[in-house]
Amino acid sequence: MMRWALWLLAGALLGGIVHLVTVLILPATATQDAYSRFSTMSEVNTVTPVPPPTPQNAVIPFMDPAFAAAVCRYDLSAGPIKLNVPVSIAYTSVSFYTRRGVAYYAINDRAAGRRAIELDLMTSAQRSNLPDDEEVTAADRLIVESPTSTGLIMVRALAPEAGLMPAVRNALNAARCRVDVKS
Amino acid sequence: MRLIFGCLLAFVIAAAIGLSMTWLTLSRGTAFGAIPIGAWTAWPKTGTQDADPYSRATIARSGELPVGSGDGVAFLARADDNGKALDGRCDVLINGVTPQARFWTITLYDSQGQLVANSIERHGFTSQEILRHADGSFEVAVAPRARPSNWLPTGGIENYVLMLRLYDTPVGVATRAAREAPMPAIQVRSCP
Repeated sequence: MMRWALWLLAGALLGGIVHLVTVLILPATATQDAYSRFSTMSEVNTVTPVPPPTPQNAVIPFMDPAFAAAVCRYDLSAGPIKLNVPVSIAYTSVSFYTRRGVAYYAINDRAAGRRAIELDLMTSAQRSNLPDDEEVTAADRLIVESPTSTGLIMVRALAPEAGLMPAVRNALNAARCRVDVKS
Repeated sequence: MRLIFGCLLAFVIAAAIGLSMTWLTLSRGTAFGAIPIGAWTAWPKTGTQDADPYSRATIARSGELPVGSGDGVAFLARADDNGKALDGRCDVLINGVTPQARFWTITLYDSQGQLVANSIERHGFTSQEILRHADGSFEVAVAPRARPSNWLPTGGIENYVLMLRLYDTPVGVATRAAREAPMPAIQVRSCP
């Protein structure tokens, strides 16, 4: 009897370990994460409009239907990315996600404080390779460091009323993300 | 022989406990960094690089992208103020005010995070669309059949969730109490 109780206890302890290990390795093994879902519908380093969510079809769950969205699936191995997003009527935000969907940076139009949100995305290594003189001019340029070399940039613009959605969607079409060739 | 049976038993128990705990924590959400205010819960840390392993796993499994902390914060409600799961066949009233934010939206999803089909194609309200009382507070009737003023249709589904997202808001990781972030009440009016 005592022996079985010990086996039960061993099983429970091992169960705790199984739990922790599965939680930790799950992000690396997930096949339906946001990056994978966008991989089939977007080109690398290009802004692609995300189709509005409908009851039948949504690229990712829990999308806000009041927003027009566009995605830039980036790969920094060819060099830093330049992102330019014109500010739309009501509210515009740019959020940066790692390959695993962790939001490491987000900025909105008010924080950017201009007519357009302009920034450079690079890895820490690329940033430390920036020439010194460029670091000076970089004062008025927003630099974001990506912890991973691939990831997602979500550009979102709010249509405060449903009727404004086409205009907001149009404004988002002018958003650009591209590899910065000169640096 | 007894050793083999013992090992086998231990492994079966380990797999059962370990996997069901993983499944439960990922589908229910954990208390790590949660800010519960009334029926609503936010996980502002999930929108940062300090996201805990559970929220990382949840994100990877569902495929959702959390609201980044520089963008805003999302409050989720699965149940009403009395803790009863939200049922699309009932008449539910949301009323009150929202915390300070430049914009907010309220959206109804099924438990998987998909929008719910309905006759008027309404899935939520924005802070600009909503009709308010003179004092700035508002009421939203979440119900299967049409209601006057702000009607959010449920499509009659059994289980739904509500998400209230605040954009450009001081509410975030540092928020502690309902006093700093007054959230609207969710009350069931009638159930068939």
